[in-house]
Amino acid sequence: MAIAIPVEHVLYLAALLFLLGLVGVLVRRNVIFLLMSLEVMMNAAGLAFVAAGAKWGQPDGQVMFMLILCLAAAEVAVALGLVLQLSRRFESLDVDVADELSG
Amino acid sequence: MNFELLLFWAPATVAVVSTALVITRKNASRALVYLVISLLAVAVVFFVLGAPFAAALEVVVYAGAIVILFLFVVMMLNLGRSSMLREGRWLRPDMWVLPSLLAFVLLIALFHAFAGGQAKTSGVEVPPRAVGRSLFGPYLLAVELAGFLLLAALVGAYHLGRRYLEERRSDAGADNDDAGDATPSP
Repeated sequence: MAIAIPVEHVLYLAALLFLLGLVGVLVRRNVIFLLMSLEVMMNAAGLAFVAAGAKWGQPDGQVMFMLILCLAAAEVAVALGLVLQLSRRFESLDVDVADELSG
Repeated sequence: MNFELLLFWAPATVAVVSTALVITRKNASRALVYLVISLLAVAVVFFVLGAPFAAALEVVVYAGAIVILFLFVVMMLNLGRSSMLREGRWLRPDMWVLPSLLAFVLLIALFHAFAGGQAKTSGVEVPPRAVGRSLFGPYLLAVELAGFLLLAALVGAYHLGRRYLEERRSDAGADNDDAGDATPSP
């Protein structure tokens, strides 16, 4: 039931979602919320790819979306392992406590 | 606004509102539920755009696997009322002003860049068969690289998730101290 809608409307939606995720990354200090915002940003990038694929009626956009999906799954697996280490070593989820490299 | 645009903007509004709720919640598990709603709304947008396979993957992988992984970690960390109070301390209202302003400026610039285009989406549905043929035809190398990436993530997550990582590290330090001593034990 695909319908023809202007491409820029989909890009508006992608930009809105991406920037909401960006605000989340900038504002939040809890590392779990940071990761959620990153997921939102990657999802918005995938939406832009799917919109471009729908513009040309080609499957390439969906292929790129699947690659982004793989990237998001890999990222979240490693990052949640890091979250567990952070909470065990520092007893906190604040990203600012892990600043031992700052000298 | 005609009906077809409404068919797109209704799930789009749900996605934007629930995403805004995700980044403002104090309770992690409630934020996760709003994240599921946002991802499901984006899946509806994919379906409207004529990408049913991407919509199915969005539901299965994002809402089904990634969010559940988040939920497991939130349950393991046992975030209770004290963590919500701490979130309230971290989320002061004045902290929102400058990032929101910067993001708004970027949003204006992006909207200005996108506006004025006459292009429309094709309105034809790209079936999963075409996606599969493309994946295992011209994109075969990318699929293999994605497999390598997932394997590396598996090994990395296994290594990072081990509970005894810190104890092992202190044991290794003790071993080095023993090796530094000049008197070998018989």
